[in-house]
Amino acid sequence: MALNGLLNLLNVYKHRLHFQSQIALRKSYFSSCETIGSCRHGHSVTRGQGGFNNKLIPFQFHPRLGWPVLSTIRASSTVALTSSRLSSLNRGPFSVVSDQDIQYFNKVLQGRVITDRDELETHNTDWLKTVRGNSQVLLRPKTTEEVSAIVKYCYDRHLAVTPQGGNTGLVGGSVPVFDEVIISTQLMNNIISLDPVSGALVCQAGCVLETLDNHVQDHGLTMPLDLGAKGSCHIGGNVATNAGGIRLLRYGSLHGSVLGLEAVLPDGEIMDCLTPLRKDNTGYDLKQLFIGSEGTLGIITKVSILCPQKPRAVCVALLGCENFQKVLDIFVSCKSFLGEIMSAFEFMDSQAMELVKENLSLISPLEKYPFYVLVECSGSDGNHDEEKLTRMLQAVMDSGAALDGTVATDSTKIYNIWSLRESCASALLKDGYNYKYDVSLPLDHFYTLAEEMRERVKNHAIRTVAYGHVGDGNLHLNFTTAKYCPATMALIEPFIYDWVARHRGSVSAEHGLGLKKRQFIYHSKTPSAVALMATIKKAVDPRGIMNPYKVLPENIKTENDSSLDDREKM
Amino acid sequence: MSGLRVIVGCKRVIDYAVKIRVKPDKTGVITDGVKHSMNPFDEIAVEEAVRMKEKKLASEVIAVSCGPIQCQETLRTAMAMGADKSIHVEVDAATYENLQPLHVAKILSKVAQEEKADIVFTGKQAIDDDCNQTGQMVAALLDWPQATFASKIEKANGELTVTREIDGGLETIKVQVPAVLTADLRLNEPRYATLPNIMKAKKKPMAKKKPADYGVDVGPRQSILKVEDPPVRQAGSKLDSVETLVTKLRDAGLVPS
Repeated sequence: MALNGLLNLLNVYKHRLHFQSQIALRKSYFSSCETIGSCRHGHSVTRGQGGFNNKLIPFQFHPRLGWPVLSTIRASSTVALTSSRLSSLNRGPFSVVSDQDIQYFNKVLQGRVITDRDELETHNTDWLKTVRGNSQVLLRPKTTEEVSAIVKYCYDRHLAVTPQGGNTGLVGGSVPVFDEVIISTQLMNNIISLDPVSGALVCQAGCVLETLDNHVQDHGLTMPLDLGAKGSCHIGGNVATNAGGIRLLRYGSLHGSVLGLEAVLPDGEIMDCLTPLRKDNTGYDLKQLFIGSEGTLGIITKVSILCPQKPRAVCVALLGCENFQKVLDIFVSCKSFLGEIMSAFEFMDSQAMELVKENLSLISPLEKYPFYVLVECSGSDGNHDEEKLTRMLQAVMDSGAALDGTVATDSTKIYNIWSLRESCASALLKDGYNYKYDVSLPLDHFYTLAEEMRERVKNHAIRTVAYGHVGDGNLHLNFTTAKYCPATMALIEPFIYDWVARHRGSVSAEHGLGLKKRQFIYHSKTPSAVALMATIKKAVDPRGIMNPYKVLPENIKTENDSSLDDREKM
Repeated sequence: MSGLRVIVGCKRVIDYAVKIRVKPDKTGVITDGVKHSMNPFDEIAVEEAVRMKEKKLASEVIAVSCGPIQCQETLRTAMAMGADKSIHVEVDAATYENLQPLHVAKILSKVAQEEKADIVFTGKQAIDDDCNQTGQMVAALLDWPQATFASKIEKANGELTVTREIDGGLETIKVQVPAVLTADLRLNEPRYATLPNIMKAKKKPMAKKKPADYGVDVGPRQSILKVEDPPVRQAGSKLDSVETLVTKLRDAGLVPS
C-alpha cells in the first residue's frame, strides 16, 4: 500500500511537470487515468438491468448472455486527485469542515452522515474513473426540509457543497474537486403520486430512473427518457443535466416534459415550483433555469414529469449502408414513411460494430457494412406500424440506400439489436482509456469530423469510434488508448472543439459542461450569453457555494475583453 | 436420404419478456393487446430445418401453425427465416383457449401425411403451457421414431444421428427417417431474417385451412377451473441460534415436539 502511494505520488509529479509544459499548448484540463499497471474497467450497460455500477465488485453481467463475467475494475483510489492534477485551479474562499459542523449535520440528519474514507471513495470519484475529489463528508437527507436545513447551514458557514445523484455523469460534474460537502439524494426516493389519466408523475429527486419506469409501466405509461445509466441514475440528476438519451427524438427534451420541480436554493430557501399542471403561464418559468444547470443554482428535491403512453407495439430495424449520405437518406425516408411512430434513430460506424464484437463478443445480425442505422418504431397498433415499416423498408431497399437489414419484433431480438448500440460505452472502457466527446453538429458535416479526427490520431490511438443519436444531430465520438497518453490528448484537444465551433456546433450536446468542459463554453456560447449566466449565478448564489468549479469558466470574459484570440472570436 | 420434406410446427405464444397478468375473472391470462411472438424453441426448430435445407439434407421446409388469424405473422417470420411455404390451420380465439397438445398433434400428423413429410420438427415445449407433449404424441399417432430434446442433428448413412440433452448429460441415438424431432435450446442460434428474405416471404404461399379439413375435432377435452397468481413470497427471517430455529420449526408443526 505504501509502495502504491509512492508510485502514485511519482506519477503525479511526473504528470505535473509534463502537464505544465503542455499548458502553453493546450488549455484543456484532462482526466488522467493514472493507473498503476494496466487495469481495465469491465462494465456492462444493460437496458433495464443494473446500469452503471460504482461499487467495487469483481464481476459484471455480460450484456447479452446475462451471465456474470470476471473483470478487473480500476480501483477508485488509483485515480489521481483532481486538486493535485489541476495545480492551476485554486480552491475558493470556503471554510473547512470542522467537528462542530459534523455534529450539527448528525443532529439534523439523525446520523445519516458518512465520514469514513473508504465509503467516501466511490462518491469522490466519477463513473469514468477520471476525476477524484477529496471530500471528507457525505450527507444523506431524506426530506426537502432536511436539505434546506443543511444547505442553509453551509451557506451561513461558507461551506461549499456538491449535490450528487447516481454519480453517472460523464463530465466530472457530480463529484467534488476539493473538499466540498457532498449532499446525496440516495435516500430521497419516494414516489409521491401518479395521475394515470394525465400521466403526471410526482416524485423525490433521488428516485432511480429505472424504478420510476417500472412503476409507471404498471399503469400503461413510460418515462419520457431512456439512457444507458437508467439502473443507477437519479431523476433529479437527469433533470439537473437535461439528460437526452435515445428517446429524445420522440418525446422531446426534459425542458418540455418536466412539468415542475422543487429545489433548495443556495441560501437554504425552498423554491416550490412543483406542479402537475401541463400549462401554467404565470410569470417567469423558473424550472427551465434549473433544468440543465448541473447543480450550480440549487439542489432539485422533487420533480413532476409528464409520462407518455407506453407503446403497445415496438419493433426495431437494423440497416446496413454504404456511406453516411445514405444514413441521411434513410433518415428522410423514415421521417416520411414512419413519421409519428418513429421513436429512435441511431447510427454506428463499422468501427463501433467491430468494437462491440471484439470487446464484448456481441453478434451482429448483418454482414460488415460501413454504417449501420437502428430505427425503432413504437405505436398503438402493431399491424399499422408493420405496414408503415414495410413500406419504408421497401423504399430504402429499392433506392439502394440500405444494402441489407433485419427487422425484430420479439423482445429478445429487439434487446440484442439495441445492445449492439447501447454497449458501445462499456466496450470502449475495455480498451483501457477512453477519450469521450459528445458534440452536436449540423448533419451535412456530421461524419466529416469523425473522418478527420480518425486520420489525425491514426498512429496514436487504438481506435476511433463514432456512434450516436443522428436523429438529434448528436455525435458521440470516442478514441481509445491502452493508458492515458498526453500525446494523443494533444492531438485531440483543442482541435476537436475548434472544429466544432467553426461549424457552429455544440461542444457538449447532452453530457453537459461539468468540470471537464467548462473552459470550452466560449466555443459554443457568446461572451455576452456567458456573462448573463454569470450574473444569474451571482444573484442566486452570491457566495458561490453550490457546486463550485463547474459549468461556468473561472474567468468570465466581458464583451470588450481584448484577450480573446482569433479562435474564440466566432 | 437427400430431399427430406420437413414440417415445422410453430406456436404463437406470449413474448417471453412480457409480465404475465391473470384475468380478473381468473379464467385465464390476459392476451389482448399483449405482445406475442414465435415460441423460442420452435424458432430453433425452424432454424435447424432451414440449415438442413442449406446442407441439402432437406428439400422443402413447410411451417405450420394452429390458432387464430394472428398466427399468420408467426408463419411469415418462419418464411422470412427460410421456410418455403406455410399452412395456417385456423382455430377461432374461443376454441383456441382450450386447444390442447393432443388436438395439435392430430392436426400435425394429418398435415404430415398429406404433405408426405419425412420429418415433423417442433420445439421441445411451448413457453406458455410447458407441456412438452406435442412432438411425442405426433410420433405415437404416426408410429414414427422420435428424437426429442435434440441438441445436435447429423446425417449418417440414411439415418439421423441425434444428440439429446437428458438429465444425466448427453445421449446419442440413431433414428430412421421418417421421424419426429423436437428442438432443445442449444441446438442452434436462430438467424435474424434479413430484408431481402422478409420481402421474399411475402410472396411465398400460405395455405389457409381449418381443423375440419383434416377431420380433426378440436372440441375441448378439458375445462379450466381456475387460473391464479402464485402466492406472494413471504419474507424470510434471520434467526440467531439453533434453539430458536428448533422452536420455530416445532411451532410450525414441521418437527415432532
